Amino acid sequence: MSIPPGLRPGRTAYLNVRLLDPASGLDEPGAVLTEGEAIADFGPRLFADGVPEGVQTIDGHGACLLAGLVDMRVQLCEPGEEHKETIRTGSDAAAAGGIAAMVALPNTEPVIDDVSGVEFIARRAREVKLVKVYTYAAVTKGLGGKQLSEMGLLKEAGALAFTDGLKPVASALVMRRALSYARTFEALIIQRPQEPELAEGGAMNEGEVSTRLGLPGVPRLSEVMLLERDLRLVELTRGRYHAGPLSTAEAVDAMRSAKARGLDVTCDTAPHYFTLDETAVGDYRTFAKVSPPLRRPEDREALIDGLADGTIDAIASDHAPHDQDSKRQPFAQAAAGIIGLETLLPLSLALYQRGRLALLAALAPLTCKPAAILGLAAGRLRKGGAADLLLFDPTASWTIEEDRFRSKSKNSPFAERQVQGRVLRTIVDGRPVFVDGEKEARL
Amino acid sequence: MTALAHSPTLRFPHRDLLGIEGLSADEITMLLDLAESYVEQNRQADKKSSILRGRTVINLFFENSTRTRTSFELAGKRLGGDVINMQVSTSSIKKGETLIDTAMTLNAMRPDVLVVRHSDSGAVKLLSEKVNCAVINAGDGSHEHPTQALLDALTIRRRKGRIRGLAVAICGDILHSRVARSNISLLNTMGAKVRVVAPPTLLPAQVERLGVEVFYDMRNGLKDVDVVMMLRLQTERMHGSFVPSIREYFRFFGLDYAKLAAAKEDAMIMHPGPMNRGVEIDSEVADDIGRSAIHEQVEMGVAVRMACLDALMRRGKRGNEPDEVSA
Repeated sequence: MSIPPGLRPGRTAYLNVRLLDPASGLDEPGAVLTEGEAIADFGPRLFADGVPEGVQTIDGHGACLLAGLVDMRVQLCEPGEEHKETIRTGSDAAAAGGIAAMVALPNTEPVIDDVSGVEFIARRAREVKLVKVYTYAAVTKGLGGKQLSEMGLLKEAGALAFTDGLKPVASALVMRRALSYARTFEALIIQRPQEPELAEGGAMNEGEVSTRLGLPGVPRLSEVMLLERDLRLVELTRGRYHAGPLSTAEAVDAMRSAKARGLDVTCDTAPHYFTLDETAVGDYRTFAKVSPPLRRPEDREALIDGLADGTIDAIASDHAPHDQDSKRQPFAQAAAGIIGLETLLPLSLALYQRGRLALLAALAPLTCKPAAILGLAAGRLRKGGAADLLLFDPTASWTIEEDRFRSKSKNSPFAERQVQGRVLRTIVDGRPVFVDGEKEARL
Repeated sequence: MTALAHSPTLRFPHRDLLGIEGLSADEITMLLDLAESYVEQNRQADKKSSILRGRTVINLFFENSTRTRTSFELAGKRLGGDVINMQVSTSSIKKGETLIDTAMTLNAMRPDVLVVRHSDSGAVKLLSEKVNCAVINAGDGSHEHPTQALLDALTIRRRKGRIRGLAVAICGDILHSRVARSNISLLNTMGAKVRVVAPPTLLPAQVERLGVEVFYDMRNGLKDVDVVMMLRLQTERMHGSFVPSIREYFRFFGLDYAKLAAAKEDAMIMHPGPMNRGVEIDSEVADDIGRSAIHEQVEMGVAVRMACLDALMRRGKRGNEPDEVSA
């Protein structure tokens, strides 16, 4: 869409859209005006008297418009494993998935545990200039689980929070000190709760299926055990803590009771945990190998209940790219992980379509809630706020196709799956970073 | 002439000086007044008096120390006493029983004062229960270091003219610091307002119950204070276990002019020594003659220790007088 001469640059009106803002509960037909990088105005009555001269218009044809998604856990594999994903390919995939902002885990090579690492990610994100890319920094130096990282300097450099990424902080003493030290800077500690010794060597959920397949299992209690320990440490230190991705019913219960006790704690899960269960492993399908592993149908249902009652705050893609060599292995040896940037929205919208969550309740864990946890001014429609927007059709059906993934890696168990909810356009700082080709002809 | 000589009715009512905890404001004032008189004596060409003539002081140090031991040694000698230094390496002895054995052995030599430092909290008190002589705690573990608190108080009083009502910020490794505990106790007893400033990893549990206001941020913690007391950060705590690195510690908790700007314009700076320049304190600040009282603290240390020896010896009939000890 070229801008005709004489138009005031950078003013775009999105007309005839269904405005959705989970933060405020807004769900009404209306319009949005962006000016430069910001939202100038939005509302049901905007442009009731017509669009002023010099404004580029985009007709939404009744599609939904909300703030761009905020994905609070992805792996972009840069630096170090650029054959699996890069900040560029990952950003491209995110844009196609309706994600305007994402946060990378620090488990790169080298590990993001110093200021130069944080600055590297920021610089690459500026160069790529698609979606907003943030990073966490390691809790412990080199993810070694022993020495605290320089949280103060790292936070000043832009690290959003602190996590050892795929590795849990195993030592209770180190976790206590991390939570305690982080209070100095009001920093958030993020843990992937899995008791490492119990989980060691496990390839899938421990139970009947793992027994039949002859695969080593990861017991469900390994999750709640570490989570409960951490929650006690939070009680002791009064630190800020976030756990995820949760995979078990027991963990959801533990979080529910911790929140009832008034602890400053939050958690998330990923779409595969509330969409699939351990039977997806089927006949040793390594694309369904993920850590924590897919659990029982009861766990899947408990996660959905947790999302419904607000116990689970956020849904993150937990995007974990792996090349074919890493996945074409005997199951126990294959890498764990699922790519998720491009399937985050439709898999989450399924909760709405199946009547489990209201539309806004299904979208809040993808937008305003993770933004609030991370202290980002994102994930909501706000006058003067960044024009990070997502235009999507909630009912359009499509089939997930491996060949169409923009991610460099294709390891998704959802290929060939029929889903509803299609991203039409992703806008970051007022710039369209993704426009759906087929729909574009109609717009 | 000492202050005690001016007021012969004032007597120090304790056999030992094991800590600040348990001392009244009057007793602390008495020790400070007495120390004040020794400041003058120490500035004379002839620094010697004969108050401790014939008395034996044993410096019994189970933990390495140069400054404190030297300070006590000088104090004893300037009062005319016989001072013996015993450095017992902690690695070579087993704790508990051996500590008591050592105490009994020394007790049999009939000293009048034992000045004891030990790396275990409570060890000095344990030892004091086994001897007949007066015992001065020269630092026990993370518990108390009463003469340091007294010398800090004397330094503050001489510079500020009072202690009551002053706002004092104690900054750094509070968790492991006996200096902090003694100072918090003394300053509260004397009516100062005490704050502690440190990352939570360097604060002991429920420290606010000691009557201090807690800050995690130097600029907030130093706002409008009259006195800034910096504490030494032990090297073994600097690399990841309690704080991530020296660089980060200095950046957020090291005293430099930028952070000091939050304090009152005439705020004084103290440090019990030895300093880690570039860790907890910037060199420029440490050497700022107008603000830093660090050398004065060392000078006051000798005077305060003379006052403590004096006060304990003047208490009257001492433990190791001949009629009380059975051979």
